[in-house]
This record gives sequence, structure tokens and C-alpha cells, in this order.
Amino acid sequence: MSGHLITVFVPRDSAALSVGADAVAAAIRAEATRRDLPLRIVRNGSRGMLYLEPLVEVETPEGRVAYGPVTAADVAGLFDAGFLTGGEHALGHGLTEEIPYFKKQERLTFARCGIIDPLSVEDYRAHGGFRGLENALAMSQAEIVKAVTDSGLRGRGGAGFPTGIKWNTVMQAPADEKFVCCNADEGDSGTFADRMIIEGDPFCLIEGMTIAAIAVGATSGYVYMRSEYPHATATLRHAIKLAYDEGWLGDNIHGTDRTFHLDVRVGAGAYICGEETAMLESLEGKRGMVRAKPPLPALEGLFGKPTVVNNVLSLCSVPIILDKGGEYYRDFGVGRSRGTLPFQLAGNIKNGGIVEKAFGITLHELLYEYGGGTITGRPIRAVQVGGPLGAYLPPSQFDLPKDYEAFAAQEAMVGHGGIVVFDDSVDMAQQARFAMEFCVAESCGKCTPCRIGSTRGMETLDKIIAGKNVDANLTLLADLCDVMVDGSLCAMGGMTPYPVRSAVKHFPEDFRKKQHAVRVTHIAAE
Amino acid sequence: MTIVEDNRHLRGALLPILHALQEEFGYIDEEAIPLLATALNLSRADVHGVVSFYHEFRREKPGRHTIKVCRAEACQSMGANALVDHIKSRLQVDFHGTTADGAFTLEPVFCLGNCALSPAVMIDENLHGRVSPDRFDELAAETRTNPHAHNQIPRALSHSHKGHAQ
Repeated sequence: MSGHLITVFVPRDSAALSVGADAVAAAIRAEATRRDLPLRIVRNGSRGMLYLEPLVEVETPEGRVAYGPVTAADVAGLFDAGFLTGGEHALGHGLTEEIPYFKKQERLTFARCGIIDPLSVEDYRAHGGFRGLENALAMSQAEIVKAVTDSGLRGRGGAGFPTGIKWNTVMQAPADEKFVCCNADEGDSGTFADRMIIEGDPFCLIEGMTIAAIAVGATSGYVYMRSEYPHATATLRHAIKLAYDEGWLGDNIHGTDRTFHLDVRVGAGAYICGEETAMLESLEGKRGMVRAKPPLPALEGLFGKPTVVNNVLSLCSVPIILDKGGEYYRDFGVGRSRGTLPFQLAGNIKNGGIVEKAFGITLHELLYEYGGGTITGRPIRAVQVGGPLGAYLPPSQFDLPKDYEAFAAQEAMVGHGGIVVFDDSVDMAQQARFAMEFCVAESCGKCTPCRIGSTRGMETLDKIIAGKNVDANLTLLADLCDVMVDGSLCAMGGMTPYPVRSAVKHFPEDFRKKQHAVRVTHIAAE
Repeated sequence: MTIVEDNRHLRGALLPILHALQEEFGYIDEEAIPLLATALNLSRADVHGVVSFYHEFRREKPGRHTIKVCRAEACQSMGANALVDHIKSRLQVDFHGTTADGAFTLEPVFCLGNCALSPAVMIDENLHGRVSPDRFDELAAETRTNPHAHNQIPRALSHSHKGHAQ
């Protein structure tokens, strides 16, 4: 290997940084200098095995060898063990791609994440980047839309609307100007896939948005980022600048007559701006108030113009579809849920991280085979699937296959693929109360069932938790939930009852703890 | 007001301008509201409505560092509520409050996107995972003595952080 620099990868993903990746990278650099061992450190994205972060990898002739979780204090020992040539160490996991958690996945959207330097156009191209866009530049608008329709891709933000149909509507709408907007307001607890791919493979999003723009005839686009994601925002802005420099964005993209200008806008801590019409209002510089539909954003969206609004993961799935064809993507999955979804294992889980798999995998496989059960070692009592508006499911439901229709039948949702795990110390009445409290804090206030209903719901749950007229208040709560589901303008008020109802249905004992306690006290007093 | 001049050509300019003002001054001063209304041809009520809608925009000067602690479900499952109690008692502040020495302002946040390494806390723009009460105390002490000890956004990126005028 003389004359060939050894490459060491230390992630720059914010989850890895949150547990000390910068300190590890600095320690490796210092130790290499001290030992006079020249090496190259690449700050890659995360491989998605967050339980192993900071995960340090070393390039060897056999492939990349993984060590983790590494702390700065471990670094000298790693050098002693010869990790630069893949030497054995207590933190070693062998070849990264042979780690079962990783090996069993089907990485389509996250194919490059954690492998490349996220801010190197050269690296991106060397790993298949911009091939989808190159194909799209040679295709007609209708051909691009057909490829996306044929792939069966459905919106990954939660609602699951077919992406190709949405694009077709925008393509056919006559207008002097159209927009492509990416919803990167990933506010659901338990989800971090958008953040990870933006930090780990930002050109993939830029490519997907540019393809969307060419397909529908849009010339401008915005990525709406959360203010809670400063690192992802900085990475994306830098990537956009590089894409402009290399002619992948701007006027006359790579010598063609296609033009697409892309900018980043940052939200300001309002969960409701993840709802697409509230996001459009916010992009226009207004309060994030939900709009009534119709008109659909596809016809009257940003500044009243036809607008594609897609989630990050939907747009990041587009390059591979245009590269390998709609059929390739559609061959993954089950029923009407085609392709793959990056599931996110979060909360009280031993092996948390991203698991990208075709639809049809069960919760049981995800929670135990990948997740390894809880980190506390106690039994799993409940999981919340699909964010704060998703249902709480008990272990008896863990054999449900993950696809849109099977989950909808249980009044649950696949959503953005986030799964939050709770052990048996959880109090489900408190979780139900929190769902209402969250809606109180985050409702935009436009419609009454959501604005007032959530406040009354929280008060009613407080009474139930205190043991006051429990039966009557549970009936009242059920009635209130019906009104919110049927009468709210958007999913905020319309789905807040899902975690509440499911908690009452599957964990009724938690709503009667105080009632029983009160009764026992009465009997004792008598 | 160069911040206004630099950004007023943007479509939907109010949010980018408010962010830029808050980054520069730490909060949105009441006196800025009529100026923004005039510059952007909006009513004062429009501007006030936007500033008050978003949790992120502050109306008062914050402490030298902002601590955001996650209160969402994934962090709850790993003891976030106990961590919140610890932080409040250690700093002697409630949410939205600033410590007596002006060092920290404490804010609740719903999700920092670090849900596999809960509980999560963000100090200024730097994210921390698996934050136990002891770890929080260390981080707070380090931030007091060396405010840049945990800078996570590389210098090379921080200029891009502000965005480019298009």
C-alpha cells in the first residue's frame, strides 16, 4: 500500500456528532501525526446504525472495516491494535457491509448515505449520482412522469399519495410559472431519515428536485427546512452552491435548455408547517395557517401557482427510478405499497437507527431482529408508529405487515416510517394526555375542533387520570375524538385522536389506576 | 437596516428577514415591527402575527446560550421528563426563562431528529445525544468555560449557513 493513503471514515452526521464524532476525528488525526502515519480522514454521512455511532471505518483491500461506538479515549488503543489495516479490537465489527443489521437491508434511497463524502460532486458521480438526471434531460416531460407513475412511488411524508399522479396534475396545469417544493419539516418524533439523507447525501435531494422540476415544467424550487436542523441546513446550502458551480443547477443545466433554481428556506419551530398548505403559507412569509382544499396545491400552490410538494424521501427516491427504471423500483414491496421505506427505530430500543426495507416487513422483525428489544432490557409495552399523530400499538399487533393499507385498516399509519418504542414503565394515560397537549401547543388555530377540542381533550384526560367520573369522561372523550376526526380541516386535529383512542383501546387499565385507588380508599374508610 | 435591504428582493421575504434579525440581535425588537411593515408593504398586524405565530422567534433578549431540550415521545421513552426536571432545578429557571447570570435561556422543543440516541439536547446549534443528568451538567459547565468547545458546524460551511441570495 506504499504511496497509497489509508482512508478513515468518521461520520459528520449530527447524530454521530451528538455522541462525540468530532472529538474522535480530532483524536485520530492527532494520534496519526504522533505516530507519523499519514492518513486521509473523510467525514461521511451515517451508515444508519446509530447504536454504533461514532462508527469509524477503515478502507482495506477487502472492504471497509467498522469499529464502534468509538470514543476519543479508544483511539490510541485502536492504533495499537492495527485498525488501519483492519486489525482486531473489542470495538471491531468486521466488514461494515457484513454486519447483519446492514446486510439484510434493501438500500435504494439510502444507497450512498454513509458511503460517500456528502459534499463531493465527484464522489457522488462515482457512485451513480446524476445518472437519473442525465436520463431525464434526454426524456420528454410525459416520459419522466410515466416512469415515476410506473414505479408505484407514493408520498413518503405520511399520506402515501401516488407521486406520479401528483406530478401529472402539475405537468398538465397551464401556468406562466410552476414550483417544486420539498417538505423537509421533519417534525415527527421518532423520525430522522430526512435529516440523515440531507446530511449524508444532499445531492440526491437536489437531483430528485431537479428531475421533478423538469418533469412538470417548474423553474424554481424551495426546500423548507426545520430550524431545529441547523447542521442539515448548512450542509444542504453548501451542496446547492456546489451544484450551481458544476452546472447541475441554474440556467441551461448542463448545456440543455432546462432551468431550475433552488433555494433553502428555514421554518421557525411550528410543527403545523409540516402540513403542506401551512408550509406553503410559511414559504410565502406568512403565519403557517392551514389552507382549505380544494384548490389542491398541484393547481394553486405556492404564490397561487401549480406546485409539486413532496417529502424529502419521495424526492430522494426519484433519481434511482430514473436511473434504473420504474419497474426496477416497483419490484420491491407488496400490494399497493411498492418500493422500500427507510424505517426508523427510535426511543427505548437497543439498536436504534435506519432500516431500509421493502414494504411488507412486520413490526416484530423490525423491533426484535433489527432493534434487539429495549435498551433498558425490560419488555416492550407499546410502540407509536408514524409520529405523534400515529396510533399506539401493543405487542399483540406486532405481526401486522408494514404496508399502507394493512396499517390504515387498524387506524394506524405507516407515516414517515418512524417507530418509537416504550418499555413497561410507560403510563399510557399520560401518553394520551401528551397527544392532546401537543395539539394544543401546535394547532394553527384555524378550525375549532382542533383548536378548542385539543384543550378540552387535555382537561378531560386530566380528570380521568385523577379518577373523576372516569366512565362518563371516557364516553365524553370518545365523543370528542369523533368530532375532531370528522370535523378538523387537516391531519393535526383529524389524527390527534389516533394515539388517544388507541391508548384507551389497547391499554384501558392505565386510565383506571386512580379510579381503583379511590375506590380502595373508600372501602378502607368504610 | 441592511438586513432588510439584503433580503427584501426575496419572495416571501419576511421569514428570512426575521431569522436574520434574530441571528444578529438575538431577538426581534418591538421597534422592528413597524419598520418591517413599511419595508415590505405589510400591515403591522401582519408582521406581528407572523412573529407571534412561530415558537422560534423571541421578543426578548435571550441569555448568551440557548438550551433546547426535547420533550417529544422518543425522548420521553428514555427519561426526558426527568431530565427536564433536573435541568430546571439545576439552572433555577422554567421554560422560556433565562438564568440569573444571563448564561442560558431554556426552551422546550419537539424533536431534534436524534431519536435513536435519546434523550437529546441542543445547546446553541450543537446537538447532544444520550444526555443523562450528569452529562448535562458537564455540557453546561463546558459551555460556560469554553463556548466553542462543541462547535459542530464546520467553519467552511458556516458561511453557506446564511444562504445565498438568488
